[in-house]
Amino acid sequence: MDPQAAKFIGAGLACFALIGAGIGIGNIFGNYLSGALRNPSAAPGQFTNLLIGFALAEATGLFGLLIALIILFG
Amino acid sequence: MAGHAAENHGPMAQFEIKRLVPLELFGYDISFTNASLFMVLALVLISGFLILAMSGRSLVPGRIQSIAESLYEFVAGIVRENLGEEGMRYFPWVFSIFIFILTLNMLGMIPGSFTVTSHIIVTFALAAMVWIVATLIGFARHGVGYLKLFVPDGVPLWLMPLIVPIEIVSYLIRPVSLSVRLFANMMAGHTMLKVFASFAVSLPVFAKVFPVLFTAAFTGLEFLVAFLQAFIFTVLTCIYLNDAVNMHH
Amino acid sequence: MIAALTVLAAELPGIATDVAEALDEHKSGGLPQLHQPDFGPQLFWLALTFVLLYVIMKRVALPRIGEVIEERKDRIQRDLAAAERLKGETEKALQAYEKALADARTNATSIARQTRDSLNAEVDKERKAVEDQLAKKLADAETSIGATKAKALASVKDIAGDTVVSIVGALTNLSVSKDELDRALTSGSDK
Repeated sequence: MDPQAAKFIGAGLACFALIGAGIGIGNIFGNYLSGALRNPSAAPGQFTNLLIGFALAEATGLFGLLIALIILFG
Repeated sequence: MAGHAAENHGPMAQFEIKRLVPLELFGYDISFTNASLFMVLALVLISGFLILAMSGRSLVPGRIQSIAESLYEFVAGIVRENLGEEGMRYFPWVFSIFIFILTLNMLGMIPGSFTVTSHIIVTFALAAMVWIVATLIGFARHGVGYLKLFVPDGVPLWLMPLIVPIEIVSYLIRPVSLSVRLFANMMAGHTMLKVFASFAVSLPVFAKVFPVLFTAAFTGLEFLVAFLQAFIFTVLTCIYLNDAVNMHH
Repeated sequence: MIAALTVLAAELPGIATDVAEALDEHKSGGLPQLHQPDFGPQLFWLALTFVLLYVIMKRVALPRIGEVIEERKDRIQRDLAAAERLKGETEKALQAYEKALADARTNATSIARQTRDSLNAEVDKERKAVEDQLAKKLADAETSIGATKAKALASVKDIAGDTVVSIVGALTNLSVSKDELDRALTSGSDK
């Protein structure tokens, strides 16, 4: 196999990690929103936790993206 | 190679370190690079801004002073929320981390500038500092008892051989995840901006407007990310410090 | 099989050069973030700028901001306390005012009542005096009327006696003395 092609395929595969990140971030914001609509007065207090959860979920996806970038450009 | 032509214009070219003033100290390379330039710029901007803003020290703050004060109150709020009033001892350190990362991220948003925080070595050094300081504080305050952090309460004994290694690994991986989060966010964002901006060059004339519009919108999102990542880094710093100071698990 | 192996063997140097080229490219092109010779200067300048920033923040910038915020908090606290005190004073003054007002009102009513009472008493006294005077005058008048009447009645008796004496004298030519007449009259009136 052409090493260049293998590189691109590998990079594409690594980007699958972002599926999980997308699901995770969607879950976090969706649940935050439904919770906030049920009890709007408690919502501002959980905003920090929302952002932390977002960052944690996003980081796992970005690890995959990072691998893709390293494969592509490294 | 195809890469050579793109070397100066590729999406990764913006991350290249250029030695502006080659320097050497005891045989080590300490050249003044473009990264150093932006670090010094950040230092000068932050110090200059905060000192200038507080030069009046007026009881009723003006515009600049209230920005400085709200920055102070913002970080103080994070520290108080996570560490309690006692944690205000570490406030100057946390504030320095926050304002430094925030300024470097924001400076990176200026087109054509250099983003210091998009370099893994910088973010890793910062994260390692946070991790080492937190660990040292933990052992200084609790002695060997700090190791109890790896033994969570309420876990059945037979699960311990599984849980304890996981806890240890998750503790050791903290500087990695902390640094990679910031680095990957900044790098991915800037790479993506560059990739989409390059579409504006390569696409036919009638389609050029789409990548330009997207780049403009995405720049707005990147400003949010730049702030958010500085905020997250600070919050996680406080959480790690809280583990060390209060040992809540 | 052997043919395939020989082909592979013939290809090997080519693959080797490919790999070498790829590695070469990695060294020169590579991800700039993983270019190790750049680590040294970055770490040095990061340490330098961050330590300087920390010192400036800790020694100069943050204490100033903290001081101003603290001072403002104190000032607001003081102002609030002063406002609270002034409010208390106002309330006290208001209470005093209302008390004074109520006192004045009761005072006024009592004065009015007193005045009315004293006036009534005076009027009563005066009326009583006038009435007494009138009663006395009436009594005097009655006594004087009684006296006059008694005197008049006495005079009537005398006149009647005189008239009887003169009538008797004219009719009978008898001279009747006064004592006889009196006796006759009293005995006659006694019967």
